[in-house]
Amino acid sequence: MLKKNILIFLFSILFSNIAISSGGHLNLDKANVNVKDYASLQRGAKIYMTTCATCHSLKYVRYKEMAQQIEMVDSSGDILVDVVKDGLMYSGGKITDTILSALSKDDGDKWFGKAPPDLSLVARCRGVDWLYTYLRTFYKDDSKLWGVNNITFPDVAMPHVLLNYQGLKGISNDNSHHINLKLVQQGSLNEKEFDLMVLDLVNFLSYVGEPHQVERRQLGIFVILFLSIFLVIVYLMKREYWKDVK
Amino acid sequence: MDKENALKSWVDKRFPLTELWNDHVAKYYAPKNLNFWYYFGALSMVVLVLQIITGIWLTMNYNPSAEGAFDSIEYIMRDVPFGWLLRYMHSTGASFFFIVVYLHMFRAMLYGSYKKPRELVWIIGLLIYLCLMMEAFFGYLLPWGQMSFWGAKVITSLFGAVPFIGDWLMEIIRGDFNVSGVTLNRFFALHVVAIPLILLGLVVVHIISLHEVGSNNPDGIEIKKLKDENGIPKDGIAFHPYYTSKDAVGLVVFLILFSTVIFYYPTMGGYFLEAPNFDPANALVTPEHIAPVWYFTPFYAILRAVPDKLAGVLAMGVAVVIFFFLPWLDRSNVKSIRYRGPFYRMFLTLFVISFVILGWLGMEVPTPEKTLLAQICSFIYFSFFFLMPIYTTLDKNKTVPKRLT
Repeated sequence: MLKKNILIFLFSILFSNIAISSGGHLNLDKANVNVKDYASLQRGAKIYMTTCATCHSLKYVRYKEMAQQIEMVDSSGDILVDVVKDGLMYSGGKITDTILSALSKDDGDKWFGKAPPDLSLVARCRGVDWLYTYLRTFYKDDSKLWGVNNITFPDVAMPHVLLNYQGLKGISNDNSHHINLKLVQQGSLNEKEFDLMVLDLVNFLSYVGEPHQVERRQLGIFVILFLSIFLVIVYLMKREYWKDVK
Repeated sequence: MDKENALKSWVDKRFPLTELWNDHVAKYYAPKNLNFWYYFGALSMVVLVLQIITGIWLTMNYNPSAEGAFDSIEYIMRDVPFGWLLRYMHSTGASFFFIVVYLHMFRAMLYGSYKKPRELVWIIGLLIYLCLMMEAFFGYLLPWGQMSFWGAKVITSLFGAVPFIGDWLMEIIRGDFNVSGVTLNRFFALHVVAIPLILLGLVVVHIISLHEVGSNNPDGIEIKKLKDENGIPKDGIAFHPYYTSKDAVGLVVFLILFSTVIFYYPTMGGYFLEAPNFDPANALVTPEHIAPVWYFTPFYAILRAVPDKLAGVLAMGVAVVIFFFLPWLDRSNVKSIRYRGPFYRMFLTLFVISFVILGWLGMEVPTPEKTLLAQICSFIYFSFFFLMPIYTTLDKNKTVPKRLT
């Protein structure tokens, strides 16, 4: 009984930590990412290359590995090189290149005040919920250089690059506890469509942050299954030896 | 004589192989009632071996320079075949090392394993713990993320609080005026060569000294006092095959838990791998909140609970070093908690609770209320040790049986 209680206690210490991950002060919307949803990853990659890649690099990622891992492959598993080149590689180059932006650090510093950071690890650093909330909480603020500000990241130097899709929002009331955003200029997508688009993008960034995460979870099943079977054998062996201990 | 025995005797004439095997494994008699708490010694050895093996492979791909360190970690995580697995095993292994070592130390406190005649086993064990703390601290700088950099900066700056030689000492440790690539290189050398060498040596000494005096047990009775006609303790059983087979079960259970974390919770919600550490080190941007990894936070909370910097550093140092004096602070004539009186039970419970709360507080941003709580818990923490000579003398212990139960 005592043994069992101790085990339960240890388990609860180990796994209770997950629930209390550091969230910060802001209420973040939950991003239900799924890195096994390859269609979503491919849509996210497309959005990334058309709207983000001009300024933000993914210096640890190569087009080729990315295409392979998000399953831009034909039925025999070969990478669809032409599709990748035409659909995602707007700056040309080889498929084995890393994903770099055309913007130099000096220009970035000059134009934005701070060069746009590399986003290879942004999902690991900030978390997917933060990204999902951040990209949806730009609002009109004429005092800023780009005419927009952000609730999640106040005074951010980044313009609202998804403005054409989302439209422009304005603050409707500011009673400091709860900020409401209201659409002041219509975009090409409605709110639901826009949320799904951002989710695809965040999903892609989650994949980029840890490319082997699908493989990791799959391998885990086999390792734990093997160990569980092995446990039975080892336990039977132990019981056999301990029979003569009185 | 068959071939196998011929080889064995050939070796034995030149090296005491059979003698070593018998002394430490086949004819080492351990008490027959060792329970759950006795798994963690063997498990910490397993984790040590895992850390060394994964560490060797990580070193093959790691670049110890301020310019290349962060990139090389990402190279390991993305491009090296199964590099992600090695890295997660190593980073999770660090936390698991402390989990098993803390449980191992707690076992000694439960059953009085530090008491006579095992004082040296305990002291050597604590030296291993100190090495482990250094090893973890040096290793944490190597990924060269934001938390690596700022954590190292905060901890090395503590040495600056030492009167007169503080600044000089801090520079010697850093090798520079700030934490820099020079610091990274020397921490790398210490992490992969110096400390592991000392650690391995101490582990050997720890085991030799343990096998000299024999294992304690949950009853705290010396089994060597009662031997049969062959000189074998009546309540003892051979380490092999009994405890090798039992530890094997514990090991597999441990590996299942370990694998669950590696494959499904590698960052443990930011407790094993902190999120800001996925941002490269930047001396110009201070993270919002700097906290050490969970295994150091109880001591970090004690440091912050004391308003004066030097006094805080001293309190933190004492909180660690005080463990060395445990065999002499404890005046009880009984070892195991099973036969101890209510005072020791109460103080040990309070100690564990305060240690856990301090661990939590050390991760939090301090507020006046939390600082007060940290002060109360630090007070309880130190009371456990400083009042020990009094309450262990006053305690009404139960009678200890002659044989194991």
